[in-house]
Amino acid sequence: MASPLEQFEIHTIIPIQIGGADLSFTNSALWMVTATSVAIAFLALSMRRPALIPGRWQALAELSYEFIANMIRDNIGDEGRQYFPLIFSLFIFILFGNLLGLIPFSFTFTSHLAVTAALAIFVIVGVTMIGIVKHGLHYFSFFVPQGVPAVMLPLMIPIEIISYLSRPLSLSIRLFANMMAGHTMIKVFASFVFSLGAVSFGIGGLAPLAMNVALVGFEVLVAFLQAYVFTVLTCLYLNDALHLH
Amino acid sequence: MNERDTSSQLSKLDERLRTARHARNVGEENREKNPGGISFAFRVGVELVAALVVGVGIGLLLDRWLGTEPWFLIGLFVIGSGAGIVNVYRTAASLGLTMSSSEATNKDVETPEPEGSTMNVENTAKTAPIRPNNT
Repeated sequence: MASPLEQFEIHTIIPIQIGGADLSFTNSALWMVTATSVAIAFLALSMRRPALIPGRWQALAELSYEFIANMIRDNIGDEGRQYFPLIFSLFIFILFGNLLGLIPFSFTFTSHLAVTAALAIFVIVGVTMIGIVKHGLHYFSFFVPQGVPAVMLPLMIPIEIISYLSRPLSLSIRLFANMMAGHTMIKVFASFVFSLGAVSFGIGGLAPLAMNVALVGFEVLVAFLQAYVFTVLTCLYLNDALHLH
Repeated sequence: MNERDTSSQLSKLDERLRTARHARNVGEENREKNPGGISFAFRVGVELVAALVVGVGIGLLLDRWLGTEPWFLIGLFVIGSGAGIVNVYRTAASLGLTMSSSEATNKDVETPEPEGSTMNVENTAKTAPIRPNNT
């Protein structure tokens, strides 16, 4: 029987070798391209004929716009507005990756640490650069906690720096672990459907099948929730960088 | 005339949309404050482990680079654990599960300062010891 982890295997579709580096177009890359194309198609097509009273598709597109706009306003304030394209793209990319990954025989690229870590490192480096550009060297006062006696500073500053450096790690692990755990669980219960059904003329398979229906519904929730969490944390980090404490 | 009708209808619709949105926002806020047990546990666990991993990783790299085998590893393991606990405290504080910063400040004010040393002045000026709104 197929291993429940087989779904995470990366296959090369178009082999590309440049200077000894393996830059092949894989199934992971294929689904990233798919997610981006579907997202662009969704937004472009639903806003093709914008009406004052939106139709269903336009309402969906406006809903996603407003969702992120509100998130930025609540978490960052007005200065956050100029970063809307970045945060909206992040949210839509992760959301479509998560949701398209739920289609049978597709590939969930957000279940790979390499992908989520790249996203998280991009976010943290970008946020740090924004902070340094905005505040100059004063940005590093971020690592000096307020109201701490001077004697404690040699201990507290390393702790703050490590805490800061752990942000991309916790950001990427949270997304990747949630997606991977959920998809593995679905496959494990799906294999129970087969093995229990085989020994009991199909009757025993019904219970894990019902469980799987519930799990798939739960996974849709997780797909939204994890995209939301990733974006909200990006907003909070951006808020820290813009406002320093 | 027709136009005015439409605009009054629109403003009515606007009003209804606003109340509906307000109701929805209130619901969302309530949900935010009662996070699921497992997701909260997972979040805290990731925060704790991430800081520890970063600390140990930096320690190992520094040791390999400087050839000071266990010392940076030991030191940064301890600092990483501290950072992990700070992370967890902040996660909990952002969900309102710890003493709020205003309570902490009030307590600071209530306890009389022993002397006006520079350290204490700094303490009262800069309120809460740990930023609450930081995940």
